[in-house]
Amino acid sequence: MSAPKDPGNGRLRSAGPPDSALLPATTWSGRLTDALGGPLRNARNFALVLVAALVAGIPLLYAAGSDPLNGYGALFEGSIGSKQALAETLVSMMPLLLGGLAVAVAFQAGLFNIGVEGQLLMGGLVAGTIGAKLDLPAGIHVLVAVAGAMLAGGLWALIPALLKAFRGVHEVITTIMLNYVAFSVSRYLVKPGGLLVSRTQPSATELVAPSAGLPRIWSPTRLHAGIFIVVVAVGFMWYLVFRTSLGYRFRVVGRNPVAARFHGISPPRAIVQAMLVSGAFAGLAGANEVLGLHHRYFDQFSPGYGFDAIGVALLGSLNPIGVAAAAFFFGMLRSGSVLLQAVAGVSRDMISAFSGLVVGFAAAVTLVDRILGRRRRMRTGEGLPSPAGVTTQEGAPV
Amino acid sequence: MAGPDAVQAPEPAVRLRGIWKTYSGGVQANRGIDLAVRAGSIHGLLGENGAGKSTLMKVLFGLVSPTRGGIELSGRKVRFGSPADALEARVGMVQQHFSLIPDFTVTQNLILGNEPTTRFGRLALRAAAARIQELSDRYGFRIDPNARVADMSVGARQRVEILKILHRGAEVLILDEPTAALTPQESAELHGVLRTLREQGRTVIFISHKLAEVIDLCDRVTVLRDGEVVGEREIGPEHRGPGPDRDAVERDLARMMVGRDLPAGPGRPHAPGAPVLILSGATDGGALAPIDMEVRGGEIVGLAGVEGNGQNELIELILGIRGCASGRILLNGTDVTRWPVDRRLRAGIGHIAEDRQSAALVMSMPVAENALLGYQNQPRFHRRGRWLSVQRIRDFAAELVRRFDVRTPSVRVTASSLSGGNQQKLVVGRELARRPSLIVAAQPTRGLDLAATSFVHEELDELRADGRGVLLVSLDLTEIMTLSDRILVVSGGAMVGSARPSEVDEETLGLWMTRGRTDRTGSVEAAAT
Repeated sequence: MSAPKDPGNGRLRSAGPPDSALLPATTWSGRLTDALGGPLRNARNFALVLVAALVAGIPLLYAAGSDPLNGYGALFEGSIGSKQALAETLVSMMPLLLGGLAVAVAFQAGLFNIGVEGQLLMGGLVAGTIGAKLDLPAGIHVLVAVAGAMLAGGLWALIPALLKAFRGVHEVITTIMLNYVAFSVSRYLVKPGGLLVSRTQPSATELVAPSAGLPRIWSPTRLHAGIFIVVVAVGFMWYLVFRTSLGYRFRVVGRNPVAARFHGISPPRAIVQAMLVSGAFAGLAGANEVLGLHHRYFDQFSPGYGFDAIGVALLGSLNPIGVAAAAFFFGMLRSGSVLLQAVAGVSRDMISAFSGLVVGFAAAVTLVDRILGRRRRMRTGEGLPSPAGVTTQEGAPV
Repeated sequence: MAGPDAVQAPEPAVRLRGIWKTYSGGVQANRGIDLAVRAGSIHGLLGENGAGKSTLMKVLFGLVSPTRGGIELSGRKVRFGSPADALEARVGMVQQHFSLIPDFTVTQNLILGNEPTTRFGRLALRAAAARIQELSDRYGFRIDPNARVADMSVGARQRVEILKILHRGAEVLILDEPTAALTPQESAELHGVLRTLREQGRTVIFISHKLAEVIDLCDRVTVLRDGEVVGEREIGPEHRGPGPDRDAVERDLARMMVGRDLPAGPGRPHAPGAPVLILSGATDGGALAPIDMEVRGGEIVGLAGVEGNGQNELIELILGIRGCASGRILLNGTDVTRWPVDRRLRAGIGHIAEDRQSAALVMSMPVAENALLGYQNQPRFHRRGRWLSVQRIRDFAAELVRRFDVRTPSVRVTASSLSGGNQQKLVVGRELARRPSLIVAAQPTRGLDLAATSFVHEELDELRADGRGVLLVSLDLTEIMTLSDRILVVSGGAMVGSARPSEVDEETLGLWMTRGRTDRTGSVEAAAT
């Protein structure tokens, strides 16, 4: 209604320089974030999604030629049934969790970072290179490798961030394209005769020095010290988003960039900052895999963690705690799939289909919620649904 | 059905009997309301925000089901489960918030949900446009069916909304505060359309909290307060012209609305202090001509102008959202021309935004976090460096809520759950809490009821008494005339006049406002009648 929102109004013909005050008051991603708020409701929705996915998975298991009870038994047995299984679940959880945090923080600022996969690859590559090529004292070495990875991920995300902030290029386009650049660059560097390729192992860098590796902490399992990084990362991200001025600025910009500008928050600046944080966490995810699990960078070490992380972030309602829970669940699916295949004879690909179901339900549950909310408001007459479809729930725990 | 034959029928077009509405939270929005609306009349529904006007009309439109009570249309009992039922019975409502799709033309918007097709399933757009043109001409809407809604003024969009329900066949039209966002000219034009509708036998229910326009327009007024009918008045031609009759009915209605007499406007000496804001030749290099102006401490400077003549651009220039291409901006004697928004706010500018929902609040965030907006970098809300102190933010918000009487169950509910008036109180409170040396108030009372309006006016007056400068940007000339010590007039992005309120009348200001512009909607004098 007001003039700034109304570029087509044409009453002031000399409309002046292109003005970013003309940003829409609510971005679609802002609306999405709104629809995903509310911790209590989130926990309920989370459980709802899981139950729905488990039920919908029953015919899938049948179709795959297995008894569903048997299949789910194997899935749980293989993911949390033993020390070994639990450790594998945690190992699978870590990259999804860090990647999920990366996606979530960008979402909070109204940005859809689909480039987490590429940022993660660049982080892994840099971590592996620093780990293999530099000779530093233990402790320092791993820190430098992790820091380098986060820097690399952040810089990779900086390109779309700058394009978005100062040229208005949509981040979905640029992050997707930069993924392919990342795939190609990393593959080129470790191809036979490539700059970083190992002398003994094709398509990989040299093993990282022991001083740069994250030690195993729960022998004989593969669980490594990266789990501590992950725990700290969850807490750090929660504080950043909900308890710092920076996170507050992200959330305001993601929900109402116009109000942000009027109150001294620069949307372009917040966009760049949020993408840097997002990219750094993606890079951290890559470093965690390379330094803790594989001890070297090799081509295609990520089976698409960066893409699965989007589902994790959505299922976790963009809240770091929720993201952790969602990542654990996806980790269970990954680790449980081994036993599922061995015992119930169900292909591991079934798990991909199942993950798809979870993400689908996670997306649908906000829709269902909105419809239910509207119906409830109709009945109690609390007026028309607001554009965000939410009137009373809390956006953040403040 | 209230067909055309209902016009002469003795039965009222709409009769509501004993409507009760208790919301799930226990709030009783309507407490046994009886209402009868004559066919072919304009019936005013007057009351403050929260008096129950909108709820009552939502009951009539099928958006809200009443706890008790019944509806009769021309003597026939009806029950509406949804707005579709109401439209079927020829009752239509235009909500406060527009529901048009900006990228569509008028025709495309109007046929939405009920698209006419040719025999071969193609959209019969041309025939539809012709019908809409005919409808528009008949009632004097002056709407081009093929114009894109995004290219239309707010007033024209409002008329399209009304055209939309007419097109659906509505005989009874409910308009929820249709003039809240309109300029005087646009309001006058809308009034003309509504009068034509009345002449043609349609029934209009006009929700408002603006006394003047209700008296100008309506045949009968029902006043609601706290969910009950507190009075009804028949309005005749003798009340419309200025005179003792009009004054009497105005006072009457005002007293019924608020339950007490309104305070008289402040009479006070004008003794300005040092300039808090100076613009010398400042321009954004585009919409604005180089602007010279100053606001002194202890005065309210009113900025009058037709909407869209550079007010928003000027505000953005002062706040630093819009870059200053040439010229200088001084705040308390300091050159702030190159300062970013944040620094200017901290240096003592408060801003009450024109559109609180899009520029002053984040609707989906809690009240507490909205109270923080603009203060996010202030150490008083931080602890241990850059961590935000949730406790201090909540305390601050709670204090705002207390001091400015924001009606909210808690500071943890979202801003969207507050009523418009309470949202505005929150915004005003937040900006005043900054203790600004300059406050830029853009349409600070738009959409507010009488009590909230006088609250805002009192706060601005207090700032003035406290030696602070106020720049009041308003489309409401009466507001500008009563509050300002000096009046500036902006037109086409340039300052075209300056005067003391005692030296000018509204007609002169109106002439200045429209000077040099070819105005589509006629002169301001036309709007004043």
